[in-house]
Amino acid sequence: MSTFLHQVFSGLATGGIYASVALALVMIYQATNLINFAQGEMAMFSTYIAWSLINAGVPYWLAFLITVTVSFIGGMVIERVIIRPAVKRSSLLGVVIVFIGVLVIFNSLAGWIFSYTIKSFPSPFPEQALFNNTYVSSHELGAIITTLVVLGILYGFFRFTPLGLAMRAAAQNPVSSRLVGIRVGWMLALGWGLAAAIGAVAGMMVAPMVYLDPNMMQGILIYAFAAALLGGIDNPWGSVLGGFIVGVLENLIGAYLFGTELKLSVALILIVAVLVFKPTGLFGKVLVTRV
Amino acid sequence: MVNETSTLAGAKIAAPGPRAQISPRVWKILGILVILAIACILPLGLSNYRLFQLTLALVYAIAILGLNILTGYNGQISLGHGAFYAIGAYVAAILMNTYNVPYWATIPIAGFVCLVVGFLFGLPALRLEGHYLALATFALAVATPQLLKYKAIANWTGGVEGINLLKPDAPAWMHVDSDQYLYYFTLAITVVMFVIGWNLLRGRVGRALVAIRDHPVAAEAMGVNTAYHKAMAFGVSALYTGVAGAIGAIVVAYVAPDSFDFLLSIFLLVGLVVGGLASISGAIYGALFIQFAPNFAADLSKAAPWAIFGIFMIGAVYVMPGGVASFVQIVWDRIRRMLAPARGT
Repeated sequence: MSTFLHQVFSGLATGGIYASVALALVMIYQATNLINFAQGEMAMFSTYIAWSLINAGVPYWLAFLITVTVSFIGGMVIERVIIRPAVKRSSLLGVVIVFIGVLVIFNSLAGWIFSYTIKSFPSPFPEQALFNNTYVSSHELGAIITTLVVLGILYGFFRFTPLGLAMRAAAQNPVSSRLVGIRVGWMLALGWGLAAAIGAVAGMMVAPMVYLDPNMMQGILIYAFAAALLGGIDNPWGSVLGGFIVGVLENLIGAYLFGTELKLSVALILIVAVLVFKPTGLFGKVLVTRV
Repeated sequence: MVNETSTLAGAKIAAPGPRAQISPRVWKILGILVILAIACILPLGLSNYRLFQLTLALVYAIAILGLNILTGYNGQISLGHGAFYAIGAYVAAILMNTYNVPYWATIPIAGFVCLVVGFLFGLPALRLEGHYLALATFALAVATPQLLKYKAIANWTGGVEGINLLKPDAPAWMHVDSDQYLYYFTLAITVVMFVIGWNLLRGRVGRALVAIRDHPVAAEAMGVNTAYHKAMAFGVSALYTGVAGAIGAIVVAYVAPDSFDFLLSIFLLVGLVVGGLASISGAIYGALFIQFAPNFAADLSKAAPWAIFGIFMIGAVYVMPGGVASFVQIVWDRIRRMLAPARGT
């Protein structure tokens, strides 16, 4: 029982990471109908920024803040400079190629600047487990709480602020939003900035568990895809729930069924199964296209 | 459309010129013959290492042509063709290593296995459009090394260590060493595969594939069996890439899970995009690019080749959507136009 609970809790911790990345993906998907293949590598690069700040002696939470801000601005710049022109002038294939190009550039830049050697990343949470329990480490608990806090802030932002409302409007109906004076283009850029910032938080939370290297986020991105699809790629709440489900499933399957070597294949099967049997996911909207 | 062709035809008849003009088709065939002749005498002047690289470039050309059939002509985005390359390579390696099949016989078997696997993967892919297919194949590419390392099949695959193979010897009557022989062997298969591909893509099947890419509903209305063509495009594309994988395994004489990672799929995609989407000759330009561009960049840093690949991918989408192939076409047309009036007077 104790190992089972332990597996569930650490599944929830990684699930929170998947949920964050899935949320970032959904955010961009809702606004632009694009799947950001570079989301993982952007988060990885943000984590490297945090790592070099902490190494330079900046206190953890200040480095955290700076990283999130830099990522936010970086995300906006990427949208405005690289993605938008591609969407304007190219087909879907071209856009996917641009995403892959961004992915490759970030991956190689990280390797170039910070080398490919694996680095350990500090955790802001105490080493000692809370109340000395054996089920969940402090970092895992901290990661879960951080995820929930991020979700809460986002919910508040989208639900209670005029800017959040404008962003939702721009995603839902760009033409009408433009007519009532919302600057749709900037809302998209803002969405990218937010997605990059969420990704940065996810990266900093996962790095202490899996260690920092340029390929750190590749597997995580696959799980986040699985989570987003499972929950419904146009439903933020569904994708968050999907993230937690995938995290727990992954750990339980790894512990009791297949062993850990085939973990990524489980994600692959999950993705293909969801896409083939229930493309809308658990909570997504059914889209009907007229021809 | 009809108008255009008729005026073009009219212009051709009315064009002044006492001598019969050499038609573009003849030019093309002459050009291909010259390139083939150069390809045949190249081994005499190159070091064995360069020759090995050139052989691999031919292998990549076959793989990129395969990817082009699916992504360029049929518009189904695959980010996971490295998986089919890996299957081809492993089928060839296992057949040679465990069952002592002669190396040349493994290639058709590898191609056939990939055809079946690709066709089967193509069936669920029918339900996946655009992004979703890209996503599923992306996941396939990331999961491939893990699958190859799986313990239950380690008896055949050799697990993490992979399989070491023996390089085939050249037959005695050819008087070449084994690297040169492998080059000619690969060149011959490349030519055969490209001729087959050209025949496939210029005719009914090719038009059907392009029609499905550009307007699936209209294609269906015209009587094209969309489902069959899409699944078959997947199968044939996998066959090409699998054949390339098999030759790759024979040439490198070694297969291991980590050489078939996610970056291999991206590698092929870079070749496709830079060489030119929906272009047969583009596959060759792309293969030469991905094989030789890293040579120039590797001095800077281990990461530099990939940074350059990334920049070229984005740059191609912005500046040159048709890749090198369209660039060559433009230059060639311009040269012809410059020469044409001179010949007329």
